[in-house]
Amino acid sequence: MSRGAIRSLFLGDPQAARVVPPSGFTAHLTLFVSGAMAFLTVFALALSLASGRLADRWAEELARSATLRITAPMDQRAAQTEAALKILRQTPGVASARALTKEEQAALLAPWFGADLQIEDLPVPQLIEVIDTDPGYDAAGLRLRLSAEVPGAVLDDHTRWRRPLVDAARSLRRLGWIAILLIGGATAAMITLAANAALSANAQVIEVLRLVGARDRYIAQAFVRRFTLRAFGGAVIGVAFGLAGVLLLPSASDEGGFLTGLGFQGLDWLWPMLIPLLGGGVAFAATWLAAHRALKGLS
Amino acid sequence: MDRGTAVIELENVGYSYGGGELLSDVSIELVPGSFHFLTGPSGSGKTTLLKLCYGALLPTSGQVRVFGEDMRGLDRDQMAMLRRRIGVVHQDCRFLDHLPLADNIALPLTVSGREAEQEGGDLKELMEWVGLSSRASALPPELSGGERQRAALARAVIMSPDVILADEPTGNVDWEMSQRLLKLLVELNKMGKTVLIASHDLALIRAAKSQVSVRVLRITNRKLQLAGADL
Repeated sequence: MSRGAIRSLFLGDPQAARVVPPSGFTAHLTLFVSGAMAFLTVFALALSLASGRLADRWAEELARSATLRITAPMDQRAAQTEAALKILRQTPGVASARALTKEEQAALLAPWFGADLQIEDLPVPQLIEVIDTDPGYDAAGLRLRLSAEVPGAVLDDHTRWRRPLVDAARSLRRLGWIAILLIGGATAAMITLAANAALSANAQVIEVLRLVGARDRYIAQAFVRRFTLRAFGGAVIGVAFGLAGVLLLPSASDEGGFLTGLGFQGLDWLWPMLIPLLGGGVAFAATWLAAHRALKGLS
Repeated sequence: MDRGTAVIELENVGYSYGGGELLSDVSIELVPGSFHFLTGPSGSGKTTLLKLCYGALLPTSGQVRVFGEDMRGLDRDQMAMLRRRIGVVHQDCRFLDHLPLADNIALPLTVSGREAEQEGGDLKELMEWVGLSSRASALPPELSGGERQRAALARAVIMSPDVILADEPTGNVDWEMSQRLLKLLVELNKMGKTVLIASHDLALIRAAKSQVSVRVLRITNRKLQLAGADL
């Protein structure tokens, strides 16, 4: 359709809008459907974006790091740590290796034992954080060498528990997007049904308009404009409620782990603003197609 | 006559509903400025013939040309444009029931993008002529049958169309009003408009004959014939 038709859709031709009789009850239904769908879309979007963020973060942080745990009698621990660090520095593919300080280790244990733990009193293994370069290192070879020279060292490269978590987060993100697509499709289907009902209810109006020489575009526009504005208005209300709901969710925190942070962050807040536009667009397309299909059947 | 001079031209037109044939081998040319009456028994196909003339129906055989264009070859927008040049009065006059009468009569102007306000003078004059000035703000369902017919005629002529097709336009109005409506049609005809009226009303046809040169077409046995001057 032409630019002029789109412009007149939004600027409005009050005469064209008047030729279709006002419809009280069904108008509210369209508004409600569009609002409810927009509300659901906000949550599907929040879920997708949050799980996407989670998947990226886990994949990023965990893929590039491994942990070396040194369990040894207290008197040998420093020596073994030193030996392990030396081996790691010689290993190709290891970008850096760093023994965690006592304070860092205490912080890791704090959630379980409390903050005032005297870590020196406990036989806590020494942890070494290993960051690898892009091609990575040969984990099997490193294990072999460590087992020969540092018997107390255990290499944990995180893949064991990283993969399923990242996979789960990615599936969650995928499900979120599928939900958004389904919501869009269901909206289109419902607007089509509503538009078809309106078109058949106004068969006489359309017949009269055709008789006096109205073009299809003129007739369709009266319906399209009505449904597009309704769907847009409903979506604005739905998004407002949805965002209010998201704001009430607990914010992301270290204590809450990955279950919090389901809301939007930063520029993500702009995404929901697109929902009314998309809702309006879906209604526009659905009504336009329905109207032209209906009009084709008339003389 | 050369092809294209006739505003409406039917050539060997046939029309069948389901099984039965209603019209067959109908040929007729309406030249600009002609005034025709179409008569025939009820159910003989007068309304169908009118519908063929403005494209509400397409012939099952033969060809209908309007303003030189084959009706079959027109797309929907071209058909809409064509309807703006043909004023139609239906037997069952239909309106937009939620709009006041004045808006309904001005509807052809509205849908063709012409401002009804600019032509407000014409609208007022026309409504006065058909005796509906006092009913301008009434809704169509509140009108009587005769008022509806007058309104339909006013709507059909407001665009000053080249052709006026009317199906029993005086069926529900009294003699005095039917004379007024006839006078309107005759005046339009004198301005060069082509008029085709389907009617049973012999008195009306006689009255018309006294004012303009009228030809009477009659449908009998599915055929269209030029009726004798003796009518």
